[in-house]
Amino acid sequence: MSIIREGLILSRRDLAHWGRQPWTPIFNLLFTIMLLLVFAFIFGGSIELPGGGDYIHFLLPGMMTLAMMFGVETTMTTMANDAKKGITDRFRSMPISDASVSLGRAGADMISSTVEIIILLIGGLLLGWRATNSPLAGLLAVALLLWLRFAVLWIGICLGLTIGKHEGATVLVQVLVWPIGFLSNVFAAPEFMPNWLGAVASWNPISATATAVRELFGNPTGVTDGWLNDYSLLAAVAWPLAITAVFVPLSARAYRRLRR
Amino acid sequence: MREPVEKDRGRPAVRATGLVKNYDTVRALDELKIEIPAGTIHGLLGPNGAGKSTLVSALSTLISLEAGTAEVAGLDVSTHPGHVRRKIGLVGQSAALDEILGGRQNLVMFARLFGLSRRDAASRADELLAGFSLVEAGQRPVSTYSGGMRRRLDIAVGMILDPEVLFLDEPTTGLDPRGRIDVWNSVTAIAERGTTVLLTTQYLEEADALADRISIMKSGRIIAEGTPTELKRQRGGDRIEVSAATTAEARAIQTALVSTGGPEIDLNEGTGVVTCPAAGGAGDLSAVVRRLDAAGIVADDIALRRPTLDEVFLALTETEDA
Ligand SMILES: Nc1ncnc2c1ncn2[C@@H]1O[C@H](COP(=O)(O)OP(=O)(O)OP(=O)(O)O)[C@@H](O)[C@H]1O
Ligand SMILES: [Mg+2]
Repeated sequence: MSIIREGLILSRRDLAHWGRQPWTPIFNLLFTIMLLLVFAFIFGGSIELPGGGDYIHFLLPGMMTLAMMFGVETTMTTMANDAKKGITDRFRSMPISDASVSLGRAGADMISSTVEIIILLIGGLLLGWRATNSPLAGLLAVALLLWLRFAVLWIGICLGLTIGKHEGATVLVQVLVWPIGFLSNVFAAPEFMPNWLGAVASWNPISATATAVRELFGNPTGVTDGWLNDYSLLAAVAWPLAITAVFVPLSARAYRRLRR
Repeated sequence: MREPVEKDRGRPAVRATGLVKNYDTVRALDELKIEIPAGTIHGLLGPNGAGKSTLVSALSTLISLEAGTAEVAGLDVSTHPGHVRRKIGLVGQSAALDEILGGRQNLVMFARLFGLSRRDAASRADELLAGFSLVEAGQRPVSTYSGGMRRRLDIAVGMILDPEVLFLDEPTTGLDPRGRIDVWNSVTAIAERGTTVLLTTQYLEEADALADRISIMKSGRIIAEGTPTELKRQRGGDRIEVSAATTAEARAIQTALVSTGGPEIDLNEGTGVVTCPAAGGAGDLSAVVRRLDAAGIVADDIALRRPTLDEVFLALTETEDA
């Protein structure tokens, strides 16, 4: 399958980047770890959970989910930079499959996100976080995190291909991921939020994944009733599936539209 | 997909007619027609916004066309873009390289994408590094390259498959004279191996030095085409220019030359330069000198001038405006 081969070659290009510039991914990781520390130590003492539980056990799965969601920005920026520098046009002038460029991007981003999850797990363990369920449930939790990453990856590819040329639009996305990320149950329980805000936060796809991951790790979820309490696992599978189903075709269309 | 029929061997490398491409309100290609014989270097000249890059994009399958047909290496770009891509190399207007990777890494990556095995990609990369004098810089990240090195690497990537047709979009823009000459040498070497080169440029002396034939483009159309010599001849042949220190002297010179039977003797009152045609080249020059001698006139400067491509270009692109 030449498409897999081409995708792998393009993914390996990113791995070679890390070899050349290890500081870029390291700084990205440090940033996520810094956020983790800030929330664990500065806000940790003041945030209470419905149903009780130690904040770090609640926070770490949330942070991992947030890191996956922020990946949308990495994917978009990388995709847009290639388009700006004409590398995408060079790929398009070569005898390779239309899907290879996106698949290569997907492969590289999934690998880096896996590394990111591992680093966060280690950081969490150092801060006293523990998973209390079976290892299998833990693996399933990681799989759900990657599933969310896979879904937002296609949003990133689609945005990178469409609005990537416009500096302003990409900055807007970079700004918007913050309220979208924070309007969830990543840092605090929606049940303690004002009603409307809590409702929005519960429906945020990020909350579904965060809750399911917490359950699978055996951590406090901060959810004591409502649909999210019963169906978080289903939602953590369904939301990313819906996003993928919408954005894979949109990405393919955006790539073809480069021909205009 | 059915294998497309390749045309006869003597076919042109590029053949396009009636190409139309609109961007919003701009007609970037306007019923454009061009034919490039195989194995030649074809210069495409034109002011900013003439549509040079658009034509290159269309021929290298990057954009769709609203009308017209284009064949590259005998293959239709609209119906068989995949096959065309196997026959072409594209070096776009901005260097399309991975800045973080080394030069060699870039070559290997693109070679692998072109379908070469790991080993073939490595040896092709080394060959190209040697051919484009980049062996020493091969390991360094491209971000540390000079403009000229970057451009040479860019062209090397375009040459990985030894394409039948190589598109070079302004390969020397922004380079210093040294870098420009290096790129020129590379282009000449590529053409000697039989690759057809379509080269766009803003520099007339570049087209003059490299191209077998030149097309001058404006507002999406080819407005003139020919060998550099043909184009210059269109603008009028060689001329002799005699300059005088004062207008009075210039008039005297004009009179002297007219009285000896020269036609079309032109006097520019502002600059004090008298111009006459010189179909006979250097022979006419000595005739003029003798006439001035006979009239007892000492000129400031006498020179045989050939029309430059700049003059051709300016004349053509200006008159079209009017
Ligand atoms: N993607 C695009 N969207 C909108 N307009 C475009 C696009 N690409 C080109 N154009 C317009 O088409 C016309 C031709 O552009 P093109 O880039 O082909 O010119 P060019 O001859 O290569 O110019 P230059 O010497 O500046 O590179 C210009 O008016 C340009 O503004
Ligand atoms: Mg251009």
